[in-house]
Formats: sequence, C-alpha cells, structure tokens
Amino acid sequence: MSDHEIAAVQEHSGHVVHRDDEGSKMGMWLFLFTELLLFGGLFLLYGGYRFEYSEGFKAAAADMNVFIGMINTVILLTSSLAVALSIAALQENKKTLSMGLLWFTQVCGLAFLVNKYFEWSHEIHNGIYPGGPALENMSNGEVIYFGLYYTMTGLHGLHVIVGMIFIGFVMVFIQRDKITSTNYQKLENAGLYWHLVDIIWIFLFPLFYLLH
Amino acid sequence: MSEQGKEHAEHTSHHPTYGTYIMVWIGLVALTSITVTVAGIKLGSLTLITALTIATIKTLMVTYYFMHVKFDNRVIKIFILVCLIIFLILWILTFSDLSFR
Repeated sequence: MSDHEIAAVQEHSGHVVHRDDEGSKMGMWLFLFTELLLFGGLFLLYGGYRFEYSEGFKAAAADMNVFIGMINTVILLTSSLAVALSIAALQENKKTLSMGLLWFTQVCGLAFLVNKYFEWSHEIHNGIYPGGPALENMSNGEVIYFGLYYTMTGLHGLHVIVGMIFIGFVMVFIQRDKITSTNYQKLENAGLYWHLVDIIWIFLFPLFYLLH
Repeated sequence: MSEQGKEHAEHTSHHPTYGTYIMVWIGLVALTSITVTVAGIKLGSLTLITALTIATIKTLMVTYYFMHVKFDNRVIKIFILVCLIIFLILWILTFSDLSFR
C-alpha cells in the first residue's frame, strides 16, 4: 500500500487503518486455485471418460442446443467485460458508471441462469434425469455424459449465483463509499471470481456442446 | 516506504483503458464464433484440439487483461505459474497413465 493511500484512509477516519491490497489479492488468487483444482478434477474425470466412451459422448452431445450455449458464452463474456470496465470506472471516481456496469453484470448473470433453467427443464422434460425413462435406454457413455453435464454445469451455475451475491455485497459497499477509487481491492477480488467463473464456462461450452 | 511499494503504486495506475477492454471483448466473441463454426466442419480428431486451443487463448486473454495479470507484480505472476505447472503435472500424469494401460 502506498503512502498516499494511507493518508487518504487517515483523513477520513481519523486513525490509521492497516490495509494490504497485495495480500488480499494474493489470498483471492490462492482461493481461485482451489477452485481450479475442484473443477480441474471434474475436467479430468470428463477427459478420462471421454477417452473411454467417445462414441457415447458424441451421441449424447448431439442433442445439445449449441445456440443457447453460444448465447450463454457471449452473455458471460459481456458480463466479464462489464466487471472489468466497472473497476476502471471506479478508479476514475465514476461511481454511478461503475454501479451501472455492476447492475448490468447482475442482469447478465440472471440471464445466464434463466437460459440454463430452460435448458435443464427441456432435458428433464425429455426424461433425462436420474431414473428417468430416457436415461434408462441410453448407453453407459451417454449416461456418464449427462451425469457429468448436470454436475459440472450445475456446480458452475452455483458459482454464478455465488458470484452474483459477491458482486451484490460489493455494490452495497460502493454505495456506502466503503469501496472507493483508492480502496477498490474488494471490487477487484469480486471481479477475479467472476472472471474465473467465465473461464470455467469457456471450457465447459466446447466440451459439452461442440462434440462432432 | 520501500522501493517495491512505490513501484507497485505506479503499476496499479497503469490499468488498461476502456478501449483495450472492449477490443479484448471483441476478440473473445470472435473466437467464440470461430469455435462454433469450426465445430460444424467435420475435422475429426482436430475438432477437440482446435476447441481446446481456442479456449486456452480465450483464457489467456481473460486472465491477462480482465484479471489484470499483465499489470500484476512478479510475485503474483510466479504464484500463478507455479499453480498452473502443478495443475499440468496432475493432467499429464493422469493421461499418461490412462493412455498406456
């Protein structure tokens, strides 16, 4: 933390507040690595099974709606852009713009989840669920594909929800001027989390939707 | 204040402009449409490789610009590199086991 930042904190509160932005960032990255291992393990499982049941995987993926998957990819990429821009805006002390961009991110997150809801309902409607009529007539590879599909996109969806809650807290902090142009590491950390969620989807999309 | 601290304070103010972010986003969307188009062509085993290559390029763009790794200090860069190497070892060991069974 630089001298002028300490001075800025002192001015407002009257006493020295110890803050370590670099340490905070490092802690966030460390947490992101545990997330990487969590999803990495699942991707490993996917890789191993795809290697063994490549035909079943292809047959199962043929029913995927590539269009919705692509729309969701663009939605997440755009929301990542909005978070990155909101940090830049806050650094320039443009609080309203920063808040607006974070609201936009929330809308994108919600849109992603709504698409996911329609996708899952469509599949469940078609009898693809544990013990479902369609799943029982499928080959082992297809069953494993759908098991991994529900687990991985479901866990990813949970991360989208957590990311939205995280950004929601950050928005309250910005509103109350707890996060400012000189003290924005919390926003940056929320951004890092959101980008990680985006990156996971960057891999999930081609692996589950684009098998031919 | 230490020299390193001063250096860092200067670094954080060098974040990219709005234009850079928007350019990166355009690149990401373009790569997404390329993946979808390429997947439509029957390339056989190349499909997976191209899809993963494009996903990796997109990941690098997101981490480098959106996650500000380009502007982070060396400690965090090395930190990320070490973790990626550990992750790669995990993958390489598992798949070498799987393919030579």
